[in-house]
Amino acid sequence: MTEVTMSIWRGDSSGGSFFDYNLERVEGEVVLDVVHRIQATLAPDLACRWNCKAGKCGSCSAEIDGKPSLMCMTRMDTLPNDKITITPMKTFPIIRDLVTDVSFNYVMARQIPPFTPGDPEPDGTYRMQQVDIDRAQEFHKCIECFLCQDVCHVIRDHEVNKLYYAGPRFFVRLASLDMHPLDTVDRRELARQHLGLGFCNITKCCTEVCPEHIKITDNAIIPLKERVVDSSYDPIAWLGRKIRRKVKYTVDQVYALAPAQVAPTALDRLPATAIDDEGKS
Amino acid sequence: MVSTVEDTGVKSGTAIPVEIGKPRGGPEGRRTLRQDRWWLSPAVTVTVLTSFIAYATFAAFQGRYYYVGAQQHRNLISPFYSPCIANSCQRVAGSHPLGIWASFWNFSPALLILIVPLGFRLTCYYYRKAYYRSFWQSPPACGVADGHKSYTGETRFPLILQNIHRYFLYLALLFNVVLTMDAVLAFNFPGQGIGFSVGTLVLCVNAALLWIYTVSCHACRHLCGGQLNKFSKHPIRYRFWKAITPLNARHMQLAWVSLIFVALTDLYVRLVASGIIHDYKIF
Repeated sequence: MTEVTMSIWRGDSSGGSFFDYNLERVEGEVVLDVVHRIQATLAPDLACRWNCKAGKCGSCSAEIDGKPSLMCMTRMDTLPNDKITITPMKTFPIIRDLVTDVSFNYVMARQIPPFTPGDPEPDGTYRMQQVDIDRAQEFHKCIECFLCQDVCHVIRDHEVNKLYYAGPRFFVRLASLDMHPLDTVDRRELARQHLGLGFCNITKCCTEVCPEHIKITDNAIIPLKERVVDSSYDPIAWLGRKIRRKVKYTVDQVYALAPAQVAPTALDRLPATAIDDEGKS
Repeated sequence: MVSTVEDTGVKSGTAIPVEIGKPRGGPEGRRTLRQDRWWLSPAVTVTVLTSFIAYATFAAFQGRYYYVGAQQHRNLISPFYSPCIANSCQRVAGSHPLGIWASFWNFSPALLILIVPLGFRLTCYYYRKAYYRSFWQSPPACGVADGHKSYTGETRFPLILQNIHRYFLYLALLFNVVLTMDAVLAFNFPGQGIGFSVGTLVLCVNAALLWIYTVSCHACRHLCGGQLNKFSKHPIRYRFWKAITPLNARHMQLAWVSLIFVALTDLYVRLVASGIIHDYKIF
């Protein structure tokens, strides 16, 4: 039986460092199993968020050998090195050990106006064809593990962009709403001006790490970018709108429908804290 | 120096209310913890793209050996020089039915013509990924810190111009028509009638690859049907969208294959035109 060293970053907001735990490799284990063995035998105070152990709850997100991954879906036999590092998601503030504060994502979720269907048919129901909804169903597989948000260099390496960049998970949400056959709100200006779609330089890391294999870049972000080109950058499309007298929603009109505007919470307040040039409080 | 959120350049009312600057976990000052060969992919991209740019620059500035004409009983033109519309193309008049209209241009015609395919590939969603990662290091690989202190993405000039990709698509489609005409003309062997040579095959494959690459583009997929919300109301456009979608999934492979093959096509024509090799006639 071979041994493996699990090098886990441990600490909190005051700082931390790597702790090495030596264990035997057990056939068939995933990384989360090994973390649980460490909790059971070597470090009962190791903090780790988990729930389903089946890749469906999106709780056990972490970075394994530098790659954002779900611990419950990463088999130990796919990690050939004798020393494996596990660190918390880098993009979000640390709470303790492998647990991070992902509330940034909930603030973002509240910036997006929800599904808004038009008037129902005379019998009071809504009908849509399967062919019209197939595309958006891919996006509904999202388990909100936030690995795509974690790996996105726009906020991972430039934290100040969190102020005006929603991130891939919410571009998937915007795409699913914008492509919905019954939805009536045009969120393109919101995506362009307020949620920072233009910051994405489509380097596809979000697609690479998605445990649900959603083609985030090809099927959500790029189509959304092309829709924004329709609404804001294409002069022929602009002419078509003028001729057909189609009204373009302003960002304020759309944003007024967002949950953060309709029912604000403490999370929606602008931060009162000052930040220095390095982005620290 | 201490600054507030309002000083970051975001207009009041447009900043998303999030707090930043809180301590984050993991080791500080490490570019990445990845232990695999993450640098290999950007290195290969830099090597191949730089080689292509070097070859294309040489081929574009050379200004000759781009047409195999009646003297060799062939009708082969390099894709770098087609449609041959510049003044200097008069030396090979008859090489293209479009004729010469850029009479003001006395330099190598390729320098004028290559603007369209270059612009199309430069603004292509796949190539953007490739060169942002490899040349611009933004980021070089997933989970590897990018090489810049600040980042504004494609929100400002000049990168906001990436949004004109669809206009380069329209022009690239026109160029594909021209290159298809070149491939058809390559079946004509002046003084020998209709035939088929290795050069004909090369031009046909080149045109086919460029067509597939062009229609597999994300902008084409969008314009064909992606912009619709109700496919059921537009069955023909839905069929187009559905046909393009699997090609679009292979856009990266098509981008590389068509890029390399267009250079090989130019090389083949150049070698035949300069007399280094003979274009073998199959029938």
